[in-house]
Amino acid sequence: MKADSLAAPERLVEWISSFFDVPPVDVRRFVASRERGNSASSREGRRWQDALIEREIPQGASVLDLGCGRGDLLSRLAASRSVRGQGVELDPGGVEACIARGVPVIQSDLDEGLRDFPDGSFDFVVLEETLQTLRSPMTILEEMLRVGGRGIVSFPNFAFWKVWTDFALRGRMPVTSSLPYRWHDSPNIHLFTFRDFADWARASGVRLAAVHVRSGEGVRRYGEGDDFRGEEMLVVVEKDRIPSGTGRESEER
Amino acid sequence: MERENRTITHRDVMPSDSVGWTEAGKVRLFSEEEPFVTELGGRLPSVEVEYETYGALSPGGGNAILVEHALSGDAHAAGRDRAWREQGRPWRASRPGWWDSMIGPGKAIDTDRFFVICQNVLGSCYGSTGPGSIDAGTGRPYGRSFPLVTVGDWVRLQARVLDELGVERLHAVVGGSLGGQQALEWALAYPGRVDRVAVLAAAPSLSAQGLAFNAVGRQAIMSDPAFRNGDYYGGPLPASGLAAARMLGHITYLSEEGMELKFGRRLKPEREGGFGVEFEVESYLDHQGRSFVERFDANSYLYITRAMDYYDASRWGGGDMTEACRRIAADVLVVSFDTDWLYPPKACRLLARALTRSGRRVTYVNLSSRYGHDAFLVEAEELGRFLKPFLEQGRRAR
Repeated sequence: MKADSLAAPERLVEWISSFFDVPPVDVRRFVASRERGNSASSREGRRWQDALIEREIPQGASVLDLGCGRGDLLSRLAASRSVRGQGVELDPGGVEACIARGVPVIQSDLDEGLRDFPDGSFDFVVLEETLQTLRSPMTILEEMLRVGGRGIVSFPNFAFWKVWTDFALRGRMPVTSSLPYRWHDSPNIHLFTFRDFADWARASGVRLAAVHVRSGEGVRRYGEGDDFRGEEMLVVVEKDRIPSGTGRESEER
Repeated sequence: MERENRTITHRDVMPSDSVGWTEAGKVRLFSEEEPFVTELGGRLPSVEVEYETYGALSPGGGNAILVEHALSGDAHAAGRDRAWREQGRPWRASRPGWWDSMIGPGKAIDTDRFFVICQNVLGSCYGSTGPGSIDAGTGRPYGRSFPLVTVGDWVRLQARVLDELGVERLHAVVGGSLGGQQALEWALAYPGRVDRVAVLAAAPSLSAQGLAFNAVGRQAIMSDPAFRNGDYYGGPLPASGLAAARMLGHITYLSEEGMELKFGRRLKPEREGGFGVEFEVESYLDHQGRSFVERFDANSYLYITRAMDYYDASRWGGGDMTEACRRIAADVLVVSFDTDWLYPPKACRLLARALTRSGRRVTYVNLSSRYGHDAFLVEAEELGRFLKPFLEQGRRAR
């Protein structure tokens, strides 16, 4: 399969329809390859994001990590960036691990909002792989930018070509490495695409300060065709304001 | 001064994770010329404080943990009291200290690592000066002439006692319920002296419902004919009033679910009939009331519940708890229990919120338990899961 090299979605659709008679792809290996469960146990899969986030965050910044799991990111940032970190996590096992690492953590359900935190109280608010599991994703996005100067959000891109080819070929809810759940046991109740996210940003006066894309093992800056080739996205967002012309602004795509 | 209490350890009769035999120490402070002046202006020319310690103070002195007791608690937090007979405290003969499940070698509050101190509060009846103590001015027990005391007074006095013990800085202050409020008060009153504070099943102040329960408890005591306006020492005690107050208290310490599971509507095997003790739950409360009368002073109950009523940590911020929290330098752990209706999760959560809003380093956990408010005493294992790493974690730079 050479689908990865197909940039335009229209061509991909043509390609798929021409193969409509082929047997469905075997997706069971994806299911087995990934641990199911709460955010604390799925933290393993976030290593690529943690490294990127580390690069985004300057020395001495303050960071609020929503769904912080076992505190991996915050303890990493405390060590390498001397950040003032605060975590929010629902899973008691995650909370326990955070305490042992000296990461302050509030046990709380993100669907209850961020009322604990005042306006502009953190430089960065991080939400990794959780947005699509929330009942009110819009509320959390707005809250993130109320509480933090910048938001860092990562999510599986539902327009990733393997997702919709899997759907088109099997006629069943797609199961891929970044969406390893079946329809009935999935925590992902609000699936969306990168374009959906960009639409929200535009409509809400939110600027995408940086977009990183993971596709397979590769991680890169967002580029042409990544709306469909990106399996997971990591986006740095901030409230739109007049560009100040500082170094960070040049990252605007 | 007694600091090391493990000169004799009876491993045969006590589990290996017990602190062993304990013996209380006493500190006498203040004088006629320099009395202890309470927050509300009362004067005590002489104050005695009973305390116990477990473990050893490290050479640098950085391993001291102050444990705070709740309403009916005492300085005997762990181990077995060697002097129960001489002190006339038979209820200690067969029972270890009130938080023995949490304090000991290898336990959540690990006495192999930490030097643990517990002091009996002013106004209590377990060795520290209280309404049952003799007023040197009259030669008779203080009774109701004892000044009203506050949580602030307790903490200020505890700090003085620590001075006497040579403990400058506290690694942590830990307490549940009214003890949790003392821990919080420590963080507010002595921000430079404490690194960690664990507030368990407690909030910055008691709710209206909590005030109401305390009022009914006190009313039961004061309307007992034997109470005689607090001047009952040497005569019959206001036992039925104090027992009723304790029974009411126990209802607030349990959860509806816990009570249902423990007693349900089961009847006692030997029923008394009529308005006697019929149900298991009645029998339980009856027992709690009776045994409390043997070990607690009614006046102390009045004074301590009043201190609990008055306590409002937000006074440090002019009524604004977030403002108050800005004083705090310690890392704070707040733990609530989902079935606690005396200090419900909602109230504890607001404390955590005030702390985060003021930019403090705070950890909040809401634990699931069927034991209600009592969970902080009962759920040693679950609580230890969070308290132990909190106490043992290295402090990170801000």
